[in-house]
Amino acid sequence: MKRLLTLFLCLCTFAGFAAEPTETGKKEEAFNPGQVILHHVADSHEWHWFSTDNGNFITYLPIIAYQPSKGLSVFSSKHIVEGETYGNFKLEEEHLVTTDGSKVYDFSITKNVAALAVSSLVLVIVFISVARTYKRRAGQAPSGLQGFLEPFVIFIRDEVAKKSIGPKYERYMPYLLTVFFFIWFNNLLGLTPGAANLTGNVAVTAMLAVLTLIVTLFSSNKNYWTHIFWTPGVPLPLRIIMIPVELVGVIVKPFSLAVRLFANITAGHIIILSFISLIFIFRSAYTGFLSVPFGLFISVLELLVAILQAYIFTLLTAMYIGGALEEHHDEEHGHGHEHDDYGFAEERQGGSNFANLTKPDIAAH
Amino acid sequence: MSLITPEFGLLFWQTLIFLLLFLLLAKFAWKPILGSLKEREDSIDEALRMAQNAKLEMQSLKAGNEKLLADARHERDQMLKEGQVIANRLIEQAKTTAVEEASRIAQQAREAIQQEKNQALAEVKNTAAQLSVDIAERVLRRELAEPAAQQNLVDAYLKDIKLN
Repeated sequence: MKRLLTLFLCLCTFAGFAAEPTETGKKEEAFNPGQVILHHVADSHEWHWFSTDNGNFITYLPIIAYQPSKGLSVFSSKHIVEGETYGNFKLEEEHLVTTDGSKVYDFSITKNVAALAVSSLVLVIVFISVARTYKRRAGQAPSGLQGFLEPFVIFIRDEVAKKSIGPKYERYMPYLLTVFFFIWFNNLLGLTPGAANLTGNVAVTAMLAVLTLIVTLFSSNKNYWTHIFWTPGVPLPLRIIMIPVELVGVIVKPFSLAVRLFANITAGHIIILSFISLIFIFRSAYTGFLSVPFGLFISVLELLVAILQAYIFTLLTAMYIGGALEEHHDEEHGHGHEHDDYGFAEERQGGSNFANLTKPDIAAH
Repeated sequence: MSLITPEFGLLFWQTLIFLLLFLLLAKFAWKPILGSLKEREDSIDEALRMAQNAKLEMQSLKAGNEKLLADARHERDQMLKEGQVIANRLIEQAKTTAVEEASRIAQQAREAIQQEKNQALAEVKNTAAQLSVDIAERVLRRELAEPAAQQNLVDAYLKDIKLN
């Protein structure tokens, strides 16, 4: 009985899918998957929840524009999303431009900004309530949400911060925890239907990476800069070559952080959307037999990627901070460690994940 | 291309909101959470250490008790043994004293008897002597009533004496 019902529901779904392409097919001849997918993963000035035959369910978000000549203007995006002009503004492929070509700064509450505000609110509510639970249940075993989130907090503290940063880890715990839970929550929220692809936006990841760079540079000690400008254990001519290489490494590390997170999350979204698009490309409901399981598989995989990427970002941030804090201890051990030094230098310039992942183990000794 | 160019507006809001989020969470969430976790871990450590100490103390206490018990038992045995020895000695002593006393009394009795006997014998001798003298007196009185008989006796004595 249950199986029959499931089958029936499946057929209904396919019937629904099948009806759509034929109808829309008449209106717009070519289905352009690339455009649709990019539209889904990119930022926009309106929040397009979903569409039915009865129309689109869209929330129009406010546009805040600053023109050096005319000052600030605030209006609903409803006036310009369909390509109209409002005042001297119009949207060109989701970019706010002026009709006369003058300079405009777009401070609009876009879909991503709205999602960012919502997710930040969620994070604040969740963690402040968890913190309250800690106060209320002092001396008792953790329960509920507190019990669910506590292992992650402890994991970040013990496995990431303590191992990668060392004894000074406590100062960096708030940043690491914020980054971890911000990325994780937003990755998960990004997977919900209709939500924004926030952590798959390069501006968001770049900002996080720059913040990591700033934290790293501010916590760096003399030894860190010695390694960059006068790499010990390397022959003299090589040292001069190493300076630019190491300097590039300083920038490449956060750059790789930003790109890794952005690419992983966006790629996941693109893959899922591609599988769904297959149905419309082949104009056949039967493609669903292939697309739906594959899409489901990738979705589940994305759940794993969501936490994995949050973890990797946090771990690498902790490692960079740990590297900047590391004390010089090679001379005490004589020449035996010169080789290790060179190894570090190579890792820095290469920026390879796996080489970096092994670093705290070496550094720990 | 728009996918990989960071939007200025989003960058601005992200910086603003993320820093705000960081400050809020750091002050109102991470500080109490990490503090409570540390507190709890410290209290667990403390409790475990105390339990360990209590266990050790208990063990030493138990060992002490056992030692005390063994000592007490040993002492009891010792006392019992000593008591036995003392009792035996006392009995022995009593026995010897009794025997000595008995023999002493017997000796005394014997001596008293001897004395009594001697006394009695002496009395008997005296009486016998008295009797003999009396009898002899009476006999002599009768025999020497005549002067001839007295002469005869003196003669007989004189004969015997014979002066050398």
